[in-house]
Amino acid sequence: MTQLSYRAAFALIVKRDLMIAFRHRDDIVNPLLFFIIVVTLFPLGVGPESTTLSRIAPGIIWVAALLATLLSLDRLFKSDYADGSLEQMLLSPHPVFILVLAKIVAHWLLTGLPLILIAPLLAVLLHLHESSYGALMLTLLLGTPVLSLLGAIGVALTVGIKKGGVLLSLLVLPLYIPVLIFATSAIDTAAMNLPYSGQLAIIAAIFFASLTLAPFAVSAALKVSTN
Amino acid sequence: MSNLNAKIEATSTNINPLLRACGLTCIREERVLFEALNFTIAAGDIVQIEGPNGAGKTSLLRILAGLSQPYDGNIYFQETPLAQQREAFHQELLYLGHLPGVKDEMTAQENLEFNLALHGLHTGSAEKTLSEVNLLGFEDAFASHLSAGQHRRISLARLWQSQAKIWILDEPFTAIDKLGVKKLEALFLQHADNGGCVVLTTHQDLSLPAERVKKVTLAYRFS
Amino acid sequence: MMWKWLHPYANPKTSYHFAGKILPWCTRLAVIFLTIGVTWALLFAPADYQQGDTFRIFYLHVPAAMLSMGIYLGMAIAALSSLVWQLKLADASAAAMAPIGAAFTFIALVTGAAWGKPMWGTWWIWDARLTSELILLFLYLGVIALHNAFEDKSLAGKAAGILALVGVINLPIIKYSVEWWNTLHQGATVSKLGQPSMSADMFWPFLVCFIGFACFVTALICLRFRTEVLNRNSMRPWVRELVANEGKTHAV
Repeated sequence: MTQLSYRAAFALIVKRDLMIAFRHRDDIVNPLLFFIIVVTLFPLGVGPESTTLSRIAPGIIWVAALLATLLSLDRLFKSDYADGSLEQMLLSPHPVFILVLAKIVAHWLLTGLPLILIAPLLAVLLHLHESSYGALMLTLLLGTPVLSLLGAIGVALTVGIKKGGVLLSLLVLPLYIPVLIFATSAIDTAAMNLPYSGQLAIIAAIFFASLTLAPFAVSAALKVSTN
Repeated sequence: MSNLNAKIEATSTNINPLLRACGLTCIREERVLFEALNFTIAAGDIVQIEGPNGAGKTSLLRILAGLSQPYDGNIYFQETPLAQQREAFHQELLYLGHLPGVKDEMTAQENLEFNLALHGLHTGSAEKTLSEVNLLGFEDAFASHLSAGQHRRISLARLWQSQAKIWILDEPFTAIDKLGVKKLEALFLQHADNGGCVVLTTHQDLSLPAERVKKVTLAYRFS
Repeated sequence: MMWKWLHPYANPKTSYHFAGKILPWCTRLAVIFLTIGVTWALLFAPADYQQGDTFRIFYLHVPAAMLSMGIYLGMAIAALSSLVWQLKLADASAAAMAPIGAAFTFIALVTGAAWGKPMWGTWWIWDARLTSELILLFLYLGVIALHNAFEDKSLAGKAAGILALVGVINLPIIKYSVEWWNTLHQGATVSKLGQPSMSADMFWPFLVCFIGFACFVTALICLRFRTEVLNRNSMRPWVRELVANEGKTHAV
């Protein structure tokens, strides 16, 4: 029997998830549209003064990114659970860690990355301070993978529950708070032309910690959910 | 230990045990499905799990495959507990459950190729394998356009390529026609003769020679 | 080995009766300590020189806040032992703790708000401690909701346990980030919930109150733990026997 290397197994799953998503494009586009619409609602709600908007822009963009990620999380395991492919993956002769990580990476490529790409556009709409763009992009780059990683724990726990959607947000959103705090603070600090590497370093630390720990929690949770 | 609630023929003290269940107890939603179940499955065995609906056939198969944890008891693969050798066990395991694990967004061939690759098998002859399950001509059809029976056949196609010793199959004949059933039964025999074992549940009567099929019969328990 | 030591308590029947034995002692201790502590704190301890009698809510607020964190930690430890040593009853104890922890978190929040009103002139202020207490409440509610969502209670216990563990790793990070956020946005303009260096005549009543509340919590956990054990083992012979005996004593 040819034993797949870890890297090959990882690539196999990422490729499959990307292929499925590209054949089902709504799943990629809808969270993005949601992101854009939520951001659009804020100027309508708080008024169009550019000072107010640029003051709250980092918070709005980040909260909208959290919510958009939350909406897209279902895709991570739900359909695989429903049609039995998740079982097959868990029974494959690869460490569950690798499989889970591959699925999370695919999820990030399909939601986190598009969010990052579209964020500058929304920042323009919200009159984000010019010197903040770099910080916005960097925090999103380091922060959105954390959203996928922590979110995966929530989905893995709720995947077997029939009405898990609302429950998922209850479980996951509190875990997103540290990323939100440090990311928005980094962007605010950048607006004042001060160095924000401290906040960035903390987000990076959170990223690496969740990268190493979250897949274990996800594996354990999936074992419970498929029991 | 006695098996209070199940009739078991598979306890042959064979020289070559592949799977051994020891004191298995399963409780689901506060109902005891089976208790202190002991049996051994050896190379060459074809074991049919019998019992009425709700007796715990699927639960037993899932426990044997390591997907579910029993409330009590252990499964040994080649005399070592499953939990200690997950990857080695999965190398030797092919489990097909109720759900076919076929993605609607992929074609029949892509589905099979993914399943083969995931379990470390060559994907080169996927097309030929599909012909074994009468899916020739459907290779490039998206699974969303195929029927439930065809989905099942896509998942069953893996059997023809499998090098795993232990096959655990939950209702493999669902939505399969008579000819297909015959073909599968022949495959099971061949697999058993080559030193493998098959554990399955089915509502149909197997037309295999009676002396080849061992039965584990679970009773429905109300407590 | 820890496992061997714990093994007798892994038996539902033994631990059910063990919890039953602790329960009355904890209740008695709780009554004694709370009576002394509350009387002392409310009537005899000196009023704060700045806050006057308002300060007395401290004797309720701080024990509640400390216990709310402590119970979460206990829940996570129970969850860990359930996952690592496969102790089925650890699940039950974690399940028993969650609602009590949530209740104490709620008490800490309400008393915090009530304390805040005279101090800050507003019911709610985004004070670092109050904010982290609020997030802790969310974490508790998540664990409880997840536990309720599963039909099968042993699965529910495992799932909620994983969440509690994830939460306990996150809790210090959340707490730190909220504190950091708070100092960033408010600076030192708002005085935090007062923790002046406590004088001895304040510390002793506080300690008695705290021990009283801790005993009270332990009693509640024992009570709920027993219920959980019975719920999970309702089909076991020993539970049936217990119920039958109970029926007899009530009939007499």
